[in-house]
Amino acid sequence: MLPELGQIALLLALLVAALQALLPLLGAQRDVPVLMAVARPAAWMQLLLVGLAFAILTHAFVVNDFSVQYVAENSNSLLPTLYRYTAVLGAHEGSLLLWALVLALWTAAVARFSKALPLPVVARVLGVMGVVSVGFLAFLVFTSNPFIRILPAAGEGRDLNPLLQDPGLIVHPPMLYAGYVGFAVPFAFAIAALLERRIDAQWLRWTRPWTNVAWACLTLGIALGSWWAYYELGWGGWWFWDPVENASFMPWLVGVALIHAQAVTEKRGSLRAWTILLSIFAFSLSLLGTFLVRSGVLTSVHAFASDPRRGVFILAFLTIVVGGSLLLYALRAPKVLGGKPFQVVSRETALLISNLMFAVAAAMVLLGTLFPLIGDALNLGRISVGPPYFGFLFPLLMLPVVLLLPFGPFLRWGKGDAPVLKQLLLRAGIAAAACAIVAAFLVDGQPKAIAGVAALVWLVVGVLLYALKRWREMPRGRRYPAEMAGMLLAHLGVGVFVAGVLLSESLSVTRDVRMAPGESQRIGSYEFRFDGVHHTTGPNWTADQGAVTVTRGDKQIAVMHPQKRTYPRGQVQTESAVDAGVTRDLYVALGEPMDANDLEGAWALRLYYKPFVRWIWAGGLLMMLGGLVCAADKRFRLKRSAAVSAAASDGLLAQETRA
Amino acid sequence: MSRLLPFIGFMLLVGLFGFGIWWNTQHDPNAIPTPLLNKPAPEFNLPKLYEPAQTVSKADLLGRPYLLNVFASWCVECGVEHPVLTAEGPTLGVELVGYNYKDAPDDAKGWLAKHGNPYALLIADEPGHTAIDFGVYGAPESFLIDAKGVIRYKHIGPLTPEVVAKELKPAIAAMLKEAP
Repeated sequence: MLPELGQIALLLALLVAALQALLPLLGAQRDVPVLMAVARPAAWMQLLLVGLAFAILTHAFVVNDFSVQYVAENSNSLLPTLYRYTAVLGAHEGSLLLWALVLALWTAAVARFSKALPLPVVARVLGVMGVVSVGFLAFLVFTSNPFIRILPAAGEGRDLNPLLQDPGLIVHPPMLYAGYVGFAVPFAFAIAALLERRIDAQWLRWTRPWTNVAWACLTLGIALGSWWAYYELGWGGWWFWDPVENASFMPWLVGVALIHAQAVTEKRGSLRAWTILLSIFAFSLSLLGTFLVRSGVLTSVHAFASDPRRGVFILAFLTIVVGGSLLLYALRAPKVLGGKPFQVVSRETALLISNLMFAVAAAMVLLGTLFPLIGDALNLGRISVGPPYFGFLFPLLMLPVVLLLPFGPFLRWGKGDAPVLKQLLLRAGIAAAACAIVAAFLVDGQPKAIAGVAALVWLVVGVLLYALKRWREMPRGRRYPAEMAGMLLAHLGVGVFVAGVLLSESLSVTRDVRMAPGESQRIGSYEFRFDGVHHTTGPNWTADQGAVTVTRGDKQIAVMHPQKRTYPRGQVQTESAVDAGVTRDLYVALGEPMDANDLEGAWALRLYYKPFVRWIWAGGLLMMLGGLVCAADKRFRLKRSAAVSAAASDGLLAQETRA
Repeated sequence: MSRLLPFIGFMLLVGLFGFGIWWNTQHDPNAIPTPLLNKPAPEFNLPKLYEPAQTVSKADLLGRPYLLNVFASWCVECGVEHPVLTAEGPTLGVELVGYNYKDAPDDAKGWLAKHGNPYALLIADEPGHTAIDFGVYGAPESFLIDAKGVIRYKHIGPLTPEVVAKELKPAIAAMLKEAP
């Protein structure tokens, strides 16, 4: 009975979303307050209905209701309870329902925290989000219904993909989706601004924390995904330039550009058309990512089951939403160059360069991801460009960003002064060069590692020098407003991330070895002793579990237990053992027994020594934290009265745009 | 005009994606090409399921074409496939050889007792090593092997009436026509 209720909730949610899309937009266009007032209650209603549907599907998993096809295909009575919750997201239908739920959450949040905005703007923003919601709910109901029953009910489910039976994946999808969907807010704002034919600094100020939070969620989602791939896939890599990874990375890159462009537009009034275009792009790329993952157009290691009907549906939806927005942009984008003038050496220029680099990087990733498809289209055969293409172009595009980053905060709006920049160049430059020279001796002259140390020092010293300048020059209490502190944190994160990438890539040691019990292998100062394999069992798997004791000198560092698990349907899954540390990770993966009949004998093992690999995710976390701290700035949360009076005195109002 | 550029660029992308969807309907993206297709089947020597003392090798089966069907009692989709095999098996014109994959013999026998046995011959690969030589991804899978021991057709996943009519039977017909 319950699954049918879930079905009905979804259908009702679709109806409510249609109302939320139609009435407020119509009301805003015709200036009918009653219609505009539908937006908020509709948003709440939708959250209630989609939340109910999600809760019912989760319930079906928890109680092992194998009469529901989706549950039968993705769960199993042996599955531990925790993973029954995550199994909801284990395949296409459930993760799509999560998409809809996260969208409903964001929509309700907008309805709640938009008191400072004029009603027509709220109506338009919620209306546009309603359009997006209609698309996703219709997609669910018509092509991907999670509540379909099978009669007679299956006696047992098929099991959740063992790769997904992992704690890291509990938070990864919701965070990723929160990021994707969060970009719907600046997107809806941009469309509302185009429909209103004006961009108000107040509204933009209101949008900025939404962009920041969405981007921070996406950052965390991507970092978690990368961390999961690192310890779960058993080959020690953290990023593979796989189409699905790229799908999440493109909106992230555009998100970085958008965050900075929004700051320029809000504070100086310039780059208005660009900010609007980036808002459209960030969300479009989120939708595109969904399309690429689910349409089967590109094959990927973790693509969902593909179905041409679904592909056609999302493509039509994408065409309407993105094509429509870009057409609206072409017709309505501000034509006059607005904003305060700026010189070549200015903060605006620095932000423009970084914007350009991130936008080009996103385009580069898009091109690389679509290359196989282009190859098919031009009849060149299946060409896939892969890591060499990305690994060459991406660092090249990010090099100017790393070099210019410390200058950004030192530059003033409009016009920067050269002496301050020279001083910075001298101080941070000398520090970076000195550390690089010292490092060169420690890392055997590995150029990548030296570059990593230099980049780290250059970025961190640059950021700290600016923090010091604020400390000296500003009165207490105004030194580090949240917006400033967030920026500093995120920029520090860039330094930590770059150092982690370059150091771990250049100094890692990998060893594929055959080891009999009692034998040892040495990597650097670490001694890995293989103590054999024994059999062990878990709730829904059996495993061969190895024991590897790591010692350094006389000190025992860790006893590691890599496993090779077998799940009920015969799927084999390696569980690597990782001993994490600030300066290095030790990583052991169990391969195959040398003799299949002698499990107690010698095994193939893979040993890794990965210095500073954790800094990659630490950098990501710092960036995420920066985004969140920035969003918490009080400046973004104006009371209604303040918003109205401040808006009246704002220069941007005078520069409203006409098509 | 320059403001139309993003729109035009996007429409080009849409065209590319539309092409991609069309292309995938023409070319099955899930068709994993087996390097063994039209090559001799790998050598094997496996015990019979019901008489484990006796083994069956590839050489024993030379001289007559057969359909090697990989199945297991733990495999849910095999239960879906089973009625199709039972119904269509006698009409195929080749023998059905059951390849019991990574299964406890007693489970397999129980499963066959419950659902019926459409196979002319049953071999068991409990450790699953020989299946690696065949490139088996998972059960069910089916290999059509001709009288000379060459793999003529392979299907991953359950044989449905549609697959049998549209793919398997034409493949059998082509094989029998070639070597009567």
